[in-house]
Amino acid sequence: MTQPSMNELQKTIAESLHNGSRWKAWEPVFWLLVLASPFLLGSHALIINEIAIVALFAISLDLVLGYTGIVSLGHAAFFGMGAYAAALFAKLVMPDPVVGLLFAIAVSTLLGALCSFTILRGSDLTRLMVTLGVALILFELANKLDWLTGGADGLQGVVMGPLLGKFAFDLAGRTSACYSIVVALILFVLARRLTRSAFGATLMAIRDNRLRAMAIGIPVSSRLAVIYTIAAGVAGAAGGLLAQTTGFASLDVFAFDRSADVMLLLVIGGTGWLYGGIAGAVVFKIMQDVISTITPQYWTFWIGLFLVVLMLVGRERLLRPWTWFKKGGAS
Amino acid sequence: MSTSETVLSAEGLVMRFGGITATNNVTLNLKKGARHALIGPNGAGKTTLINLLTGVLQPTEGRITLLGEDITHLAPHRRVKRGMVRTFQINQLFDTLTPLETLALTVSQQHGLGSSWWNPLGHSRRKGEVVDRCAQLLEQFHLLEVMNQPTNVLAYGKRRLLEIAIALACEPRVLLLDEPVAGVPAGEREELLQTVAALPADVSVLLIEHDMDLVFSFANRMTVLVNGTVLTEGDPEQIANDPQVKAVYLGHGEEASHD
Repeated sequence: MTQPSMNELQKTIAESLHNGSRWKAWEPVFWLLVLASPFLLGSHALIINEIAIVALFAISLDLVLGYTGIVSLGHAAFFGMGAYAAALFAKLVMPDPVVGLLFAIAVSTLLGALCSFTILRGSDLTRLMVTLGVALILFELANKLDWLTGGADGLQGVVMGPLLGKFAFDLAGRTSACYSIVVALILFVLARRLTRSAFGATLMAIRDNRLRAMAIGIPVSSRLAVIYTIAAGVAGAAGGLLAQTTGFASLDVFAFDRSADVMLLLVIGGTGWLYGGIAGAVVFKIMQDVISTITPQYWTFWIGLFLVVLMLVGRERLLRPWTWFKKGGAS
Repeated sequence: MSTSETVLSAEGLVMRFGGITATNNVTLNLKKGARHALIGPNGAGKTTLINLLTGVLQPTEGRITLLGEDITHLAPHRRVKRGMVRTFQINQLFDTLTPLETLALTVSQQHGLGSSWWNPLGHSRRKGEVVDRCAQLLEQFHLLEVMNQPTNVLAYGKRRLLEIAIALACEPRVLLLDEPVAGVPAGEREELLQTVAALPADVSVLLIEHDMDLVFSFANRMTVLVNGTVLTEGDPEQIANDPQVKAVYLGHGEEASHD
């Protein structure tokens, strides 16, 4: 190999590797639209806030499920912990939202670190059950410790101070939506860097083939523990945002439905792709909103039907119904 | 080429599963730059021995030393860091990643960048270090033209090459090759044999293989394993002419006349 062509080759390789991490042209456009949405669609600020929170929660699950291959049916444990931590902090310590959110993140990260040893061993089924069990335990604890959490009535009367000392939380939810979007964007950017790094690549290696990951010297257990802890912190941020922007934390933040919903919407949007969580959150929340105005009691029927069709025909063919019944389309 | 420096030594390895003794008092020494073949019929305990050497299994008795350090109780990933690397008989690849991503992450891991989460994959402390190594490996293993395709769409021969390239990206001192040409179609075989022949001279290689052509063209030292026990050890000529080996393993004399 001559010197110049080797240099050429290295350039091509560096380029190929960088392509994965570079921001695509549509991404800043997308985020600008998202940031403008509370102003452009002011009357829908409440649902925009909800979507931002759920999208952030889904990004957290994607880090463990999509990127690392850890199945979890109890991700609400960390969401709920963040919600109660933020609500209690506002009630008992101080009402500043940013400090409260940092506290919620810290508490749920700590919980994630404590729980991380439970997901290191065993099969997917073991993990599914263990994560489910942890969320159930926390649900029941929040129920029993009613002197602290308000029990089944929930933690009411959480009053938040103005954001950064300037922007009061309004009833229309514009401040809330902006706040949630900005927090989600910051954590999204961090998650994006992480997933494109060497660390992120070792997570995907573990997901694809744990045996080989070990055989090339990746400390698998420590990687699993670290990403589970990080994801717990992100889920805690989402939970904290919910408690702060609704001024309320109730037992349903720990509920099984919440864990199941976030997995469902992540699968709808696509795993192993950070925008999948966002897309899933948008589709899921809008479907929920639209269908439940038409048929308030039976909206889950339609969500269920949608999920079954999506899983059977695949995401690429979903919008091309004429290909649904052809054989051999999926590969 | 080979000096007298012993790189890997296994002494008196015993592995019992319940009442079954899969490995029975196996002693094996690899010198620097060795081309050592481990042969034996199915069920001879070759896979168990690999698992003992790489740390997947803990021996019931015995001692394993790598570069003068006792590694008998070291975790698998720590052995890799010290230079004990293996390939797999059945490809163990990262299916959704491309060969380039696979090698970049493996090289990064060896450079201690595996926990660096801020910089993009391919970044290294000394500029271009990871990229340079990836370029060399892709070139050496004829993977350049497919480097950006997901691994699960590659031809079998290419996947086989990647299997070995990953191991080499770990910068091994001792490389355990587990049946590298198993299942490779004839058309893709030559490319693979060439790369195996061109492995770095300072790496000690232990080759586990059924293909006698490859064994006799590659190895300068051979160990025959039967029922978990070392039947004999010697250079290829000795092994080829050993009546015991002929009886137990090679079966027919004509197959052994290959050196």
